[in-house]
Parts: sequence; C-alpha cells; structure tokens
Amino acid sequence: MKVTIDAARCQGHGRCFNLAPDVFGFDELGNGVVLVASPPDDRAERLARLAQVNCPEHAIDIEE
Amino acid sequence: MENPPVTDFATDWDHTDPAWVHDPYPIWDDLRQRCPVAHTDRYGGAWFPATHAGVSAVAQDTEHFTSRTVVLGNGRPLEDAPPAPIGVAPPITSDPPFHTIARRLILPAFAPGPVRALEPRVRELCRRLLDDLGDATEFDAATQYAQFIPPGVIVRMLGFPEADEDMFRDFIHVVLEGVNHPVEERIEEFAPIEAYITAQIEDHRAHPRDDLTSYLLGVEVGGQPLAPEHVFGTIILVLIAGIDTTWSAIGSALWHLASHPDDLARLREDPDLMPIAIEEFLRFYAPVTMARLVKRDVEFLGCPMREDDWVLLGFPAANRDPAVFPDADRFVIDRLENRHLAFGLGIHRCAGSNLARMEMRVALEEFLARYPHVELTDPEAVTWSQGQVRGPRRLPVRVASA
Repeated sequence: MKVTIDAARCQGHGRCFNLAPDVFGFDELGNGVVLVASPPDDRAERLARLAQVNCPEHAIDIEE
Repeated sequence: MENPPVTDFATDWDHTDPAWVHDPYPIWDDLRQRCPVAHTDRYGGAWFPATHAGVSAVAQDTEHFTSRTVVLGNGRPLEDAPPAPIGVAPPITSDPPFHTIARRLILPAFAPGPVRALEPRVRELCRRLLDDLGDATEFDAATQYAQFIPPGVIVRMLGFPEADEDMFRDFIHVVLEGVNHPVEERIEEFAPIEAYITAQIEDHRAHPRDDLTSYLLGVEVGGQPLAPEHVFGTIILVLIAGIDTTWSAIGSALWHLASHPDDLARLREDPDLMPIAIEEFLRFYAPVTMARLVKRDVEFLGCPMREDDWVLLGFPAANRDPAVFPDADRFVIDRLENRHLAFGLGIHRCAGSNLARMEMRVALEEFLARYPHVELTDPEAVTWSQGQVRGPRRLPVRVASA
C-alpha cells in the first residue's frame, strides 16, 4: 500500500490524522501530511482506508 | 418580526419560516426529490441547493460565487462598506487571492497543537460550570451549560476581559438571528459592539500580550502590518464563528443524548466511541449554513442564476442526502464512513474545526462523567434558533448522577 495526500486539495479538515494518527500527521497550518507512506500492518492499513473514505475533499490517494 | 408564511418551499422558501426553524429536515427531503435547487424571490432573490452534490459544487466554485457576505439578509448592505478585497470579516468574507493570505495568517492559531494546549482550560471551565449547578437535578442544558463554554474559550483566545462573555452572546444573537430585520436596524444594532472591540484593540495596541489580538496587531504581510479593518474584521469573525456555532453543536448533542437513551448508554459504556460519535453529531445536527452571492449571471446546477442572487449553502441539508449517506435520516452513533460537510468544503473550510471538535468532546465527556443519566423534562419546551446557525436555545433536562 502507498498512501499520498494531494496538498492542492487538502483543506485541513483533520479527519485523516484523527482517524489514523500512525499514518497521518499535520503541518503548522493543520493540513494533513503522510507520516508513513506504507502502513506497516493490517490495522494501520485499515485506518488509512477509513481516513480516505472520510476525507471531505477526496484528497487522499491509496495505491494497493 | 416575521416574514409572510411560506406556501411552497420550492419556489418561495424562507429559512426564517417557523416550519423551517422547527423541523427543516422533511422540507429538505421534499426539495431534494422535487427540485433539487429551490428558489425564492425573498431577500432580493436566492437559491437553495438541497443535495450534497449541489452544495459541494457551489462551495468549491470561487469563480462564480463570492463570499463578500456570508449571512443572507435583506439587501446587499456591504457592497460599499468593506474595502475590497478584505471583506467585513476576513478570511470568511474574502475571495482569492487575498483570502489565501488572510487564511494562512490565522490557521496556525487553530491548528491541532495550540488546540490541544487549550484542552485543560476547557475541561476546567466545563467542570466549574457543572459545579455551579450544585445539587440541581433539573436545569437548562443549553442556557446553563453549553452556552457558556465557547465564549469562555474565545474570550481567552482573544485576550478580552472574561467578565464580558455575556455581552458577546447578545451581540452574536443580533448578528445571526436578526437576519429579517431591516438594514438600518441591523447597522444600529451593531454600533455598541463595534465601539467595544475598537477599545479592546486600542488597549492591546498600547499593552501587547500573548493572545490572538496582539498577534494580529503584530503580524506583517510583505513587510506591512495588517490594515486596521483586517484586524477588526478577523476579531469579529472569531467571535461570530466561534461561539454560537459550537454552543449549538454541544446543545444538539446533549438534546440527542437526552432523548435517545440507547445512544446515551452506548457512549457511557464505550467512551472510546466518542470521536466517531462526534462526527455523527456533526453530520446529523450540523449547525452551520453559509451563504454566497452570485458574481455574474450564470447557468449553474441547471438554474439561471443572476448577479447578486444569494445562494444559501445548506451543509446540514447536504449531510442528509441519501445519495451519499446510507440511512441518511437515521442517527448511527458508530457510523464509520462519514464524509459530512458540517465544517464546509473547499477554501473556506471552518478554520476552527479542530477547536470545535475539542470543545464538543470535552463538554460531553465532562457532562456524562457528572451525569450518566439525562433526559428531557419536557420535549415540547425545547426551542431551536432561527437563521444560519441551528441549535437548541431552550433545553430543559433532568439529570441523575448514578
């Protein structure tokens, strides 16, 4: 799995880093950043997918 | 003062109509099936997209829609007042490219780090409010609890005297609920608060301290300090956007728990569910509706929109769209997939969303820790606000601590 955030779309809703704090973090403006592009286990992968389907801006891309 | 009654919301809607204020959800369901963009000649002409897709399209489009004013009212009072491109309350009333600069300035203050640092103070405030209720087993959870939390937080952020919290609530009521008052009355209602904020700014200019007001006075863009109207406008924004909204969100969540014992029990038994439940509270009871003005004549969502028509951005209606949310009209406390628009969408996403979530979580955690049992004393006595912020304004409850 490879996780990316489209910075041009992200508006800092914060859903990703709240749902999957092991995969996503935030910058000084509160916009989402990817901490771990390849989640190390099933749980982290599941939470990364959950973050993707909750992002209001459709800014998260996941390559399986 | 009330506007004439509405006979058909598809062609003559009015968001201050008592039916809409009391229970807008069946109206929106009907509009979604029939229109799905409703129109009214009231307020000088206005549109209301009732679907998630329609609301999203307008929110993401800054080419055809301006945020010059975001509170729908009579007339277009601000056309000559604010110096373009700042708008009366930047960045919410700003358009790009100025918006980008104004938003960047304030986002760091509302980012997760600073919000986390505020959490202990919010918790202390909530506990003190609950302490103040003493042994009372019946009280108003809106006016005696929820209402005090956001002003306490915002006044501390701005560095204004804590004793003035009450005044802000009155002020916000004027701005948000007086939308059907004539323009001249609105300007008159606004004068005292303008004088108060100006005095606070002068005091901070003379005696800088560690708060948001002093930050706005000290920050520079391109080597220049912010224009005085920018500083003033951002303070107005923080007051208006940060108080009534979160009060409403906390109140709606308490209303839900007091009237749905199953969900109350579920949260009590599984506190880890709280963050997920908060997103469902936000979806189901989204407090905030925004407005835009049409920049120039355009065919949009199949509608002939004319320059200076309003578009009411019903995020709460978008959140009930069955095309996006299975069982949209059912509150599902553990709804995992929840792409709601409670904080808006696009470049005007609520800058205070991290703060609002934290306040909601702490307010509910502390309330439930003190009162595991809560119920409405009289469901008929509950009243809801009118205007673009929706929440309970009377919420009589009966509580028990064990």
